[in-house]
Amino acid sequence: MLSDADRIFRNLYGQDDWGLAGAQRRGIWDNTKALIDLGRDKIIEEMKESGLRGRGGAGFPTGVKWSFMPKESDGRPCYLVVNADESEPGTCKDREILRYDPHLLIEGCLIAGFAMGANAGYIYIRGEFYGEASHVQQAIDEAYEAGLIGKNACGSGWDFELYLHRGAGAYICGEETALLESLEGKKGQPRLKPPFPAASGLYGCPTTVNNVETIAVGPTILRRGSGWFSGIGRPNNTGTKLFCISGHVNNPCNVEEAMGIPLRELLEKHAGGVRGGWDNLLTVIPGGSSVPCLPTEVCDDILMDFDSLREARSGLGTAAVIVMDKSTDIVAAIERLAHFYKHESCGQCTPCREGTGWMYRVMSRMVRGEAEIEEIDLLEEVSRQVEGHTICALGDAAAWPIQGLIRNFRPEMERRILERKLLEQQPVAAE
Amino acid sequence: MTMEAGNGAGGAFAFNAENVERLDKIISHYPEGRGSSAVIAALDLAQRQNGGWLPLAAIEHVAGTLGMPKIRVLEVATFYSMFNLKPVGRYFVQVCRTTPCWLRGSDDLTKAAIAAAGCGLGENSEDGLLTVVEVECLGACCNAPMVQINDDYYEDLTPEKLTELLEAMKRGETPKPGPQTGRKGSEPVGEWTSLTDLPSPSRAGAE
Repeated sequence: MLSDADRIFRNLYGQDDWGLAGAQRRGIWDNTKALIDLGRDKIIEEMKESGLRGRGGAGFPTGVKWSFMPKESDGRPCYLVVNADESEPGTCKDREILRYDPHLLIEGCLIAGFAMGANAGYIYIRGEFYGEASHVQQAIDEAYEAGLIGKNACGSGWDFELYLHRGAGAYICGEETALLESLEGKKGQPRLKPPFPAASGLYGCPTTVNNVETIAVGPTILRRGSGWFSGIGRPNNTGTKLFCISGHVNNPCNVEEAMGIPLRELLEKHAGGVRGGWDNLLTVIPGGSSVPCLPTEVCDDILMDFDSLREARSGLGTAAVIVMDKSTDIVAAIERLAHFYKHESCGQCTPCREGTGWMYRVMSRMVRGEAEIEEIDLLEEVSRQVEGHTICALGDAAAWPIQGLIRNFRPEMERRILERKLLEQQPVAAE
Repeated sequence: MTMEAGNGAGGAFAFNAENVERLDKIISHYPEGRGSSAVIAALDLAQRQNGGWLPLAAIEHVAGTLGMPKIRVLEVATFYSMFNLKPVGRYFVQVCRTTPCWLRGSDDLTKAAIAAAGCGLGENSEDGLLTVVEVECLGACCNAPMVQINDDYYEDLTPEKLTELLEAMKRGETPKPGPQTGRKGSEPVGEWTSLTDLPSPSRAGAE
């Protein structure tokens, strides 16, 4: 179990002052100039060495991503954009950073901005996070006031402007190019890649989009050294991670733990265990709604990291752990997600626009058993036709929960179809 | 979302002086010539000024203010779920319906909210105070089930607690937002399992 000394998010529960004074007591903004003095190359090298992989779901190595930004400006400005559009069902970790430790994020923005040659950054926060946006804006104002950002930030000689930008309700804006479209004042519809944002992003300028948690851990990694971070977890799956534990546990909570903690330990140590005991566990969605649920028996010893969950045909995603006990109607639980993706599809690509609606309608019948057994295979096949055939990953995200359901809970789907048929066949009692 | 009755009937709309000032400041956050980046903010200000919804006149006013074609602003207003294109009650109750909240009883919250409003989903209560809608994940899953009422999250709810909240609002009271069980945020109930062994910073200044 991770010791408190190794925890980065020390005000996760808002027990301390979230403003500048509290942040400084927690070591944030402590000689930030020295971190900038390391220089761009050294910062990026340290981030690579730390093994940090993006915390927004895709898990791309952060240092490598930063290195894609142009070394020399061609006259266009570079931008850092922070993705604070946290909307993946099950995920509620960035919210805690935004409202209870905004300076951790702002200091991270300065460091990341410097490392990628960006003199300006935007934090794109989901519109519903109104109180959270208010905290972040107050913290930005404090940081300007104290000379920590703005001209000659922290006395480093680097100029860095940081702005908060509120969204207005659209899951798709968590996709980085949809986010950029939205930031430019358009509908949030993903762009074709290439060009990738590092070549042509916000306003056609080199841009890197990173998740809140990814940016917020940067300064601590630099202060404590890449070796400290990479020493936690397993190779390729390093560091600490915020886990969001929701659903059928006794004590739902957010917690920062070591990457690779066993699922069972995570739930039993921090969330008070599964409601009704471990044997009452049906399944877990380990990484937010977009990843497939796990077979019950796999939950016993699976490790919570990128590689082991991928081997189990699921994924770490955002590390949003949605727990379901044996009382759960698993078909209905996944049908809810199908409704979510139907609602959130931006409508740009036909397979997703039509496919998410079709899959939802079939799933609704599956909940009631009003289907033919063969339709389970048809549902699977259609999900394969959506997956991989769209501009962005929303199509994949809509397909995977359904594929996970069919793979792991097919007997339950068949059972209710057969039960329904039996009911329908029962002769009506004679008068 | 479709434009429904009520729209077009909004009459004239123009930003008041405070919102003109607010919007100018927001526009200054973007590079020269990129004022359309402020369209979401402008629509949000307009909606707040207009009692929680956007008449066509407000959408057109935003287009004029930002120098954008009206159709582009209308596209934005119809794309994002937080813009209401028809009048809503004074308390706009959004019940999160997605799986993490559903697992912890969001269906019962919807029932309780509908009962308190005395009308169906998406309709306005007779007294004009309540509108109840179901929405997708609001990102407070460790505090499920929850609802958003206007700008505030009310979390860790039971149907009974939600009924109490809505009745209090009907009486003109403003119940305290956040978890309704005594939790501050998303810490585990009872004994903390982390962050108990930190060099204790002064609690002075804590909220």
